[in-house]
Amino acid sequence: MKRKALSVLLSAAMTAALLSGCGGSTGAASEAAPATSEAAPATSEAAPAADTASESGAEAAAEATSGAGASGKTFAIVVKSAGNAYNTKEEEGFKEVIEAAGGTVVVKEPEAATVDAQITAIQSLISQGVDSISVAANDENALQATLEEAMAAGIKVNSFDSKTNADSRMTFVNQAGTQEVGQTLLDAVYDLTGGEGQYAILSATSQATNQNAWIDAMKSIAEGDSKYANLELVEVAYGDDEPQKSTDQTQALLSKYPDLKVICAPTTVGVSAAAKVLQDQGSSVKLTGLGLPSEMAEYIGADDAHSCPYMFLWNPIDLGRLAAYSAIALVNGDITGAIGDSFTAGDMGDYTLTDAGDNGSEIILGPPFKFDPDNITEWKDVY
Amino acid sequence: MEQKSLIKKITGSREALLFCILIVLGIVVTVLNPTFFSPTNIAQIFRNNAIIMIMAVGMFCVMLTAGIDISITSTLAFSGMSIGMLQKHDIVQSTLLMFLIAMVIGCLAGFLNGLIISKGKVAPIICTMGFMYIWRGMAYVVGNSSWASGEDVSQFAKFGKDGTVGPYIILIIVYGLFFVLMKWTKFGRKIYAVGANAEAARVSGINVDNVLISAYTIMGLMAGLAGALSVSIYASAQPNMQYGKEMDVIAACVIGGVSMSGGRGTIVGTFLGALILAIVAKALPLVNVPSIAQNTVKGVIILVVVIVNVVSQRMIDKQNLERREM
Repeated sequence: MKRKALSVLLSAAMTAALLSGCGGSTGAASEAAPATSEAAPATSEAAPAADTASESGAEAAAEATSGAGASGKTFAIVVKSAGNAYNTKEEEGFKEVIEAAGGTVVVKEPEAATVDAQITAIQSLISQGVDSISVAANDENALQATLEEAMAAGIKVNSFDSKTNADSRMTFVNQAGTQEVGQTLLDAVYDLTGGEGQYAILSATSQATNQNAWIDAMKSIAEGDSKYANLELVEVAYGDDEPQKSTDQTQALLSKYPDLKVICAPTTVGVSAAAKVLQDQGSSVKLTGLGLPSEMAEYIGADDAHSCPYMFLWNPIDLGRLAAYSAIALVNGDITGAIGDSFTAGDMGDYTLTDAGDNGSEIILGPPFKFDPDNITEWKDVY
Repeated sequence: MEQKSLIKKITGSREALLFCILIVLGIVVTVLNPTFFSPTNIAQIFRNNAIIMIMAVGMFCVMLTAGIDISITSTLAFSGMSIGMLQKHDIVQSTLLMFLIAMVIGCLAGFLNGLIISKGKVAPIICTMGFMYIWRGMAYVVGNSSWASGEDVSQFAKFGKDGTVGPYIILIIVYGLFFVLMKWTKFGRKIYAVGANAEAARVSGINVDNVLISAYTIMGLMAGLAGALSVSIYASAQPNMQYGKEMDVIAACVIGGVSMSGGRGTIVGTFLGALILAIVAKALPLVNVPSIAQNTVKGVIILVVVIVNVVSQRMIDKQNLERREM
């Protein structure tokens, strides 16, 4: 038994040596060592001594290999689920950047948006020995053990779109700051209600990381500013990102609250289901939220025949691209995930890692983009 | 023959009991939220649950033969995605043709199930489990990482739009047809016979395999029809559509008194079972059950209804037996 285990270990070590030999040109190979040793302290991101040491070493290496970019490296992207146009756009942006930099992309799409499926996917990536994993988490905490295992194996881990907790990532590529989204949505509600009255929120599942953070932000902003004192949030309903349940919940909101003025749905499935219910019924309740232009085009309009005057989203292609640029920066050692690190994301410009408010760092893509009757025809064909 | 009293009549039939439960449920919900009992709400209950109700008819046939089909929502997704993609890429736009295509796909899927289960002697839950993965996977393949919604299917969605009668007409036709078929035709009685005792049915000259194939084909047909209807009602075709809802369909039949071991159940019971489930789904958000607890409450209600139903059925049987012994 013992001998068998030993031989397995030996052959594993040999394979690893072989792989790392193939993997890097001279600069990259020498850089691999400090980068791996840094993976463990990076989780707590204190350990300043280790950080600075690897940083300076890595920076020099990155400088030397900046032309090579990502060549010879493998970058994995794990999206929330398969068959979702939004996720596909993220992959598209990710692929474009990595492939332009000469790297290889591995895409993992779980069939259902569950955390179990993501754990399986990540474990297979660890055994494949990829250089980085970018994950849009289906649960904030449940991936921790698996992702820590990945980081311990020297894989650079960043989350994007939907974050993992600070211990399970090196940095988080945020499509829009939580506060920015909360503020934008609340202002939209304020505008559509005329500054006073009842509004309701139709969310995804009750555990959805993003939606909960945005809703909390909306609540806290509303509490902290007397401008919003006359707005009343009557209910947060959960449509579980299922068209049928979202429809049921929207109809329930309408019959429960006859004085309802606005529904805010910060989720793509929820917003289109609610838009259809309101528009089909010719309801006077107005809708805003976050949605895909291609799905919402039919419902966006300024007149009473349309249920949604305007809504918001970021560009998932850009989000995928930024996730790719930051993954390259992590692998090359340009950034370590510490707050204050900065890097250049190709033609997207310079980005700085900021405090995500959960003891981790984040990179914010920008404020949410507004889709209204004037620009929707142009955007509906894009995504 | 002595005249049965009204009470006896009610307690003497499982359907009447279900109807009573339904009324009690309706009253409780209306008391808790008076807006529940409004024409729009009632209409929405049927419209939002037409898909489950239609598939319950197929499941009823399958369960009568002592079988089960857990591939139905995958069949639904595959047929729904297929017609969704046909519309997205502007290949077919006729509403009637959409329904036909979806139903043909469903029929074929059901036929395959029936063939493998009857000729191959594969256990229904195993065979349909295989197809559950196959068709769901095919829905993703057909979709090729995109979905059809909003403008893509706007023409087709007019059929199922809120306020149109299309979904209700389909419901009435399906239930009317199967009420007659199961109660008064040779074919219907054959299905009962096979479920009650397959060996006896075989001996009496019924081609058991053909009956099984027909039952699963009917199930597939209903799943395909439900797929088209789902796309039309929700104006959206996604590969994960109605994920996990096969359990709701089975629950509707079980609540309706269809026996898992075959041979027992009625189409009226199935309808009432599906309706109880539909009312629960509609009522929970209305009566201020917190969103995160709604599934728990739903499960409790299903169990309570089934237990009440089974216990009272047993009491009736016992009473009948005692009367006979006297």
